[in-house]
Amino acid sequence: MTNDDRLTTADKDIDICVDSLFFTYPSGVEALRQVSLHIAAGESVALIGQNGAGKTTLVKHLNGLLKPTAGSVRIADWDTRHRSVAQLARQVGYVFQNPDDQLFKPTVLAEVMFGPQNLGWEAGRVEDQARAALRMVELSQAANRHPYDLSPGERKRVALAAILAMDTPVIVLDEPTTGQDFAGVRLVGLIVDALIAQGKTVITITHDIDFCAEHFERVVVMAGGRLLIDGSSRVVLSQAEILAQTYVEPPQLMRLASRLGMEWMPLTVDEFIKQLPGS
Amino acid sequence: MISLQHVTYTYPGTTSPALRDISLTIPAGQFCALVGANGAGKSTLAYTLAGFVPHFYHGKLSGEVTLAGKPTRLTPLSELVLSVGLIFQNPFNQISGTKFTVREEIAFGLENLGMPRPEMQARVAATMALLGIEDLADRSPLALSGGQMQRVAIASVLAMRPKVLVLDEPTSQLDPIGSREVFTAVRALMAEENMIVVMIEHKLEWVAVFADRVVALAEGTIIADGKAAEILTDETLIGKGIGQTRYTLAARQARQIGRWLDGQPLPVTLEQAVEGFHRASMKAEG
Repeated sequence: MTNDDRLTTADKDIDICVDSLFFTYPSGVEALRQVSLHIAAGESVALIGQNGAGKTTLVKHLNGLLKPTAGSVRIADWDTRHRSVAQLARQVGYVFQNPDDQLFKPTVLAEVMFGPQNLGWEAGRVEDQARAALRMVELSQAANRHPYDLSPGERKRVALAAILAMDTPVIVLDEPTTGQDFAGVRLVGLIVDALIAQGKTVITITHDIDFCAEHFERVVVMAGGRLLIDGSSRVVLSQAEILAQTYVEPPQLMRLASRLGMEWMPLTVDEFIKQLPGS
Repeated sequence: MISLQHVTYTYPGTTSPALRDISLTIPAGQFCALVGANGAGKSTLAYTLAGFVPHFYHGKLSGEVTLAGKPTRLTPLSELVLSVGLIFQNPFNQISGTKFTVREEIAFGLENLGMPRPEMQARVAATMALLGIEDLADRSPLALSGGQMQRVAIASVLAMRPKVLVLDEPTSQLDPIGSREVFTAVRALMAEENMIVVMIEHKLEWVAVFADRVVALAEGTIIADGKAAEILTDETLIGKGIGQTRYTLAARQARQIGRWLDGQPLPVTLEQAVEGFHRASMKAEG
């Protein structure tokens, strides 16, 4: 373990390189089998696939919560095997699937300030970042409430704010739309778009394929601990037969477009409308 | 039949009612979806239907909730749980934590009923098959992925064959085809057992396909009650957090530029959307 927290590369150039990664849980369940994946700085990538495909296991390698059984995971020039979770947390923010795995402070604001405090920032900057993150998730009003007095959907947004406040170059969102209502899903989508516009690398795990189509440029499909297919959202999400192998269906608009015999698969309603006859 | 008459409910320690003057009757054999924004009262209504309000959550309840004609507030929870199954949003809250295998977890409720062993084994096997989790039978319930655990939690309640099944976002962690399989399994069991199914669900495409009836809530009151095709296409409800499918949204936008026929109802399912857009294009081609 080295004490040097600095990467030799600038934040904006942080790429992620997963090379022949194998991971076996202590129980003997082989969760990842030879997974290789390169994610360039600033990419937006959605990991999809059936339950138990290995998606969460894979992203837990990105911030060092899990270490490879074989193969390697590199964040810029850091090998995660030789770095602590605390060091990696400066580069890769991970929002858990279940917010209750993450939240433990008595107020929402304290919860969101916890991460930045650990980065050693001065107090003023910590609070500014935390309040800005709460504004982004539309929970400024809840700053002094107890996280457990909020609804599960709101707690999930507190967990998101806690990571946003750390301003990491890479953000991993594990099922960000779960428990969100219609307005909440739209808000999460706007946040993802904003993070991508800022040049951050955004990686999500999601079962919400419509959300995936509308906000992520690249889709990686997993099944049985392996990568099944990796490419642009438009190409990958239209492969109904391959997706079905891992219990996923194309988004609503692609299913509709394909039934209507459209040649170009739409990612958004606007793209769909443009292809209607007479348009 | 389950019935609420003028039900108003306030959680302990709060002053504002979570449910306000709710009247709702759901007959046996009906699949009823509850939709609405977070905080609209959906979970509270689900807990009230299941008798957890007021038995477990206490608070102040007025009006009458009856299950098969019997007021639930006069029926002990220990008796209610025999006829009403509640599936929580977070499967971690459903798993007992005391069983070593999925098979034992699913048998847990039946053991408590004192069901004879051969019948219990057959029931557990049938329920695992219904939910497609036979391959998990010998795994630890606590060492499953979120979606696998959700299926096990649902199976543990379905094994009891409740008369009323209340599900609070039962597929929040399930993969898309897995979600559809669970809805299909619930629907099949409902028809077989003449159950009442009440489900909170944000996945409107599946609400439209599987629910007989959609009840929309906002701020603790029922703001709309009807078929999915009516409720999920009602423009006035969108701002109240009800949402719409991409099919409805696409047709609505197409209608504005004359690419969806004025007399054609807005679609809520893939099939309705395919039919509507075919009609519009036939007309466009003359």
